[in-house]
Amino acid sequence: MKATITPKTMDDGFVQKLAELSGQNIHICMQCGTCAGSCPMSEHMEFSVRKVMHLAKLGLVDVLDDLNSCWSCASCHTCTVRCPREIDIARVMDALRQITLRKNINHIEPSQISKESLKEYPQIAMVAGFRKLTS
Amino acid sequence: MSKTQKTQGKKQIRELATGDRAILPEGARTIPVYIMGKCYQVPETLTIMKAMEFAGFKFLRGAGCRGGVCGACPTVFRMAGDYKLHFGLACQTVVEPDMYLAQIPFFPANRATYNIKDLESMSDSVYALYPELFRCVACNNCTKACPMDVDVLGYISAIKQGKISKAAEISFDCIQCGLCASRCMGEIPQYHLAQLVRRIYGRFVLPQAEHLKNRAEEIESTKYDKLLADLVSMDRKNLEKLYVEREREPDLAPPGTWKPKETKYL
Amino acid sequence: MKVSYYPGCTLKSKAKNFEVAAIKSMERLGVEMVELDRWNCCGAVFSLADDDLIHQVAPIRDLIRVKEQGYDKVVTLCSMCYNTLARANQLIRNDAEKRDTINRFMDEEIDYFGEVEVVHFLNFIKDDVGWETLKQHVVHPLVDVKVAPYYGCTLQRPSEVGIEPTGSFELMTQLLKALGATVIDFPAAAQCCGSYQVIGNPIAAGEVAGSILDIARISGVEALATSCPLCEFNLGKNQETLLQEHKITQKIPTYYFTQLMAIALGLDSETCHFELNEMVAVDYLKNKDFLVSHP
Repeated sequence: MKATITPKTMDDGFVQKLAELSGQNIHICMQCGTCAGSCPMSEHMEFSVRKVMHLAKLGLVDVLDDLNSCWSCASCHTCTVRCPREIDIARVMDALRQITLRKNINHIEPSQISKESLKEYPQIAMVAGFRKLTS
Repeated sequence: MSKTQKTQGKKQIRELATGDRAILPEGARTIPVYIMGKCYQVPETLTIMKAMEFAGFKFLRGAGCRGGVCGACPTVFRMAGDYKLHFGLACQTVVEPDMYLAQIPFFPANRATYNIKDLESMSDSVYALYPELFRCVACNNCTKACPMDVDVLGYISAIKQGKISKAAEISFDCIQCGLCASRCMGEIPQYHLAQLVRRIYGRFVLPQAEHLKNRAEEIESTKYDKLLADLVSMDRKNLEKLYVEREREPDLAPPGTWKPKETKYL
Repeated sequence: MKVSYYPGCTLKSKAKNFEVAAIKSMERLGVEMVELDRWNCCGAVFSLADDDLIHQVAPIRDLIRVKEQGYDKVVTLCSMCYNTLARANQLIRNDAEKRDTINRFMDEEIDYFGEVEVVHFLNFIKDDVGWETLKQHVVHPLVDVKVAPYYGCTLQRPSEVGIEPTGSFELMTQLLKALGATVIDFPAAAQCCGSYQVIGNPIAAGEVAGSILDIARISGVEALATSCPLCEFNLGKNQETLLQEHKITQKIPTYYFTQLMAIALGLDSETCHFELNEMVAVDYLKNKDFLVSHP
């Protein structure tokens, strides 16, 4: 996959917004890949956590926008506890979600969930899912 | 009554303006209120609804029973200089000086379609019909907006926990004005949820009135058909005689003690 | 002994088995779990956005309830509730500016400064009841029950609120051992079950759940003990779906640790509400003659 890195495609405002929302300094990420190696959802992410961090550092918001990576994240925090640079990666993933969600764009629609599922699943599945994946 | 007629009396009685008159008596006190941003001088002691009518508004929507129980006139208001929003019913809330107000006669809150017969008494049916319920963040905006002091967050929490009866009881005073839904961050239609829950409660939880059921069955069993047919075909004179000579249980008879002389119709 | 108890939405209905088993077991041990009055849903997940305060209101409101009802600590069973309440509590304790803003926003409540301690049930048993006391009350030791503790994510991560250090599973292990069970070493004990992705990306959630159950099977685990209704659903009730989708080849009985505790303490199976578990969970205990029905 090709990513074009030019001043036009690197959005500095995006990097700043990410830092504000997550409270993390993502520039100290050394791309060791421990996060991606630990992530239970790695094989369901188009780009692994490590690559997402790299794209985030460069501010390549157009590439990030199309990825399903942050939407497959289950907030398990394994990446957070293992990162050797002590970056709270779970917060970075949540910040990526928030940037989209706060534009009033839901990732899942509560009304589209099947009635059988709504009746069967424990309430916390919906409460947590709607908090993470809807605006 | 015109001013000249009044002063013809020996003493001039100061009249309180009660709002039904478009022309205020002299000396009547008025206060400024801002209806949808525009200032009107209205007599004090009026309700918001009467004040708006005094100012010349005619209600086509947003007025109903005028008695605080139909939920047609929810109003949002604020006092000048303060950011805090207050909520109330136009027919019940008295105007105050420098009140900024607007009505919300209707709020397009989601309403699910269902057949009560197809629902079980479990809360699962409620979850299936209103999944947005799980978007509640317990911000309490709903409770703060309720003009009937219903613990809205209380009943929404109860529904989330699966407690249908508790939710039905807590939401009992709801008049479905819609202010809660208008303030909800999660876009939840609280009052429609409460209505559904009360319907489930009434149908599946509350004990049914056995005597009513029995009587309905008796009627359907043709027990009273002949009697009704006789009455329908009776002439006026006999009907009058029957009516005048009817037996009636005395008002203060202890229950179950009185029986009519003619028992064949019981 | 009385302790303030926060149930969370799911424990009052779908996970009633988790709650009733806990309450009745504690009664046997002389502890009364007093349910918090007027509690609301805590939100299930802790909000991770730095500027987000509204989503902290729900758990803080619950902690205010604990404070105003005169308790200095609150015990929870559900891991997600524990995690959310504990992290919200830390936020209030550590961030003065946010604490001030949240207190001002909740002007209809008393102010909260982090006075309450949030304790998970496992720590409560260890510190306030004691493993020895528990052991002494066991009447049906869970002999021959080869069970592994399954912690999931929210009991240990992040480390600031972990009930014990990441990688250690001593608490539930000690509990299960006190009940007489054989505890199996299980490498996936803290691997994520998929959590809320069961509604977001069900395919992915199914695969991670399947992988945990597979690892359990290979490790010789015959039963899993969990502390979270979502984990129990993903790994337990949902097993029929996982089996049909070929994500697992055989089912593994999944219990709430309180159900195992109740059985070991001699409580009858009705208390455990096994009808809310997957059938295979009932069968496993039945085959080992653990299900006792009192007349």
